[in-house]
Amino acid sequence: MDQYDKQLEHEIPEFDHEEHGQSSSFDISATVNAVSVHGVKQVLGIVLVAVIIIGGWEALIHLFKVPEFVFPAPSAIAVALVTSMPTVFPHFLITLGELAAGYAIGATIGLLLAVLLTQVPYFEKIITPYILLLITTPAIALVPLLMLMLGFTIWPRIIAVALASGPMIMINSVTGFRRTDLAKIALAKSYGATTSQIFMKIRFPLAMPMINVGLLVGGIFGLITAVGSDMVGGKQGLGNKLAYYSSLARMANFFAVIILVSIIGISIWLIMAYVGKKTASWQE
Amino acid sequence: MGEIIINIENACKVYESERGPVNALQNYSMDVEEGDFVAIVGPSGCGKTTLLWGLSGLHPFSAGKAVILGKEVDQPTRDVGIIFQQANLLPWRDLMQNIQFPLEIMKENITAYKEKIQELIDSVELSGFESHFPRELSGGMQQRASIVRALAVDPKILLMDEPFGALDAYTRDEMDTLILNIWKKTKKTIVFVTHRIEEAVYLANKVYVMTPRPGGNSAVFDIDLPRPRPEGITMETAFFQTVAKIKKKIVSDVEKQKEQGLYQSQAYSTVT
Repeated sequence: MDQYDKQLEHEIPEFDHEEHGQSSSFDISATVNAVSVHGVKQVLGIVLVAVIIIGGWEALIHLFKVPEFVFPAPSAIAVALVTSMPTVFPHFLITLGELAAGYAIGATIGLLLAVLLTQVPYFEKIITPYILLLITTPAIALVPLLMLMLGFTIWPRIIAVALASGPMIMINSVTGFRRTDLAKIALAKSYGATTSQIFMKIRFPLAMPMINVGLLVGGIFGLITAVGSDMVGGKQGLGNKLAYYSSLARMANFFAVIILVSIIGISIWLIMAYVGKKTASWQE
Repeated sequence: MGEIIINIENACKVYESERGPVNALQNYSMDVEEGDFVAIVGPSGCGKTTLLWGLSGLHPFSAGKAVILGKEVDQPTRDVGIIFQQANLLPWRDLMQNIQFPLEIMKENITAYKEKIQELIDSVELSGFESHFPRELSGGMQQRASIVRALAVDPKILLMDEPFGALDAYTRDEMDTLILNIWKKTKKTIVFVTHRIEEAVYLANKVYVMTPRPGGNSAVFDIDLPRPRPEGITMETAFFQTVAKIKKKIVSDVEKQKEQGLYQSQAYSTVT
């Protein structure tokens, strides 16, 4: 009996919070404290795992005397990262530029197409097969063709990035714009909202969570394509450096470039997490 | 009370569905006087909501007409505020931004409404929650916010479509009392759709009964319970008798349709 009561005591307030969702509003400070304590623990955990992995990796390489051209030790990679920075950094900027330009083009066209298609369902039916074709065909495969047309410039790579990220952003945004909440649209209409007001104030915010997913996935696809295109068709860029160092078996330098690629990838993820928090945190 | 401000004549609504046309509303007529509180009851699926949406101009009638304030309804107007079944708040806006939403749509100068909105928020006991998001508010608080949203525009007529159907029994009773207070204070004309006869009798001056689908006029009951109505009135004999009278009418309507083989089962069980 006692035990049961105690259990209830624990459960009922919990249930209440779930139902009315008021807890977050009333004890925000408590939540923040809990999060920060939790956060510190989490960060410590992550750092600990990193220390174990990197330390173990370093130890194993030295223990088994693995030559650097087979598999470099973390210390060697760190040294390579610092010493090769002057040579590699311009390539970092080139890949970043390809990605940024291609992504901007892809995102703009993808979003505009998504808006257009969802407003005119007939268009959607006609264009969808072609978009599927674009999504399923790796854009990297088109780089040689683009190079025939555009030469050894940066443009084939920018276009490849746009072709990889644009359709991703488009299909996710289409899914977002298709989410219609008739009651909310009726509410807007009952005050005489115009089509563009309904779009800006209802459909767009409603689509935002899915648009963010598209922007994230599109960014990652764009990065893959940028690095891949460097490998296939260029004398510059991080992908080109990866191919170059691996052909010379300079694996410490190779891994240093990988780290730079990862930095771009993680930055994309962090930026989109921030954008998501700002624009779509209402969706749990 | 005074002149007739809502006039519905032979309103019909046919929905096109995949299985052919559905007759939702047939030759429904009613008049509502200014300042009146009218409830519409009827079995599930009888077309109560259809009637309200037609009246609001959101889904115009297929035939017949509705005249509000001397103008035939063909699109929504700001003289008519709608309170929906769900609070229908926008989850990406906080409470204040939700309340200002209609003003934004109508491109009104929001600062001119600041004082009035605050007054309304205070009157429904939501002060202090202005910057809360809908997910942080209980169902009752959300519905109160939606009432403030409708009142901020100051419509002459409030159309309420089972507004408290999704709330628990206690909150529902509180909301009924709140709506009576608002009606007394603002003197709005209210058309209140509900499937709960007790709620209709407690709130309204007149209770219109609709026939089972297709919804048509069945009967009108004048509720001559005293005003103001204390909450305890729902436990008095006169109240029960009125409720019973209306229930009997609905049951007999359904029976009659069944005899004629016209009744399309619409989960009649909700009218109990």
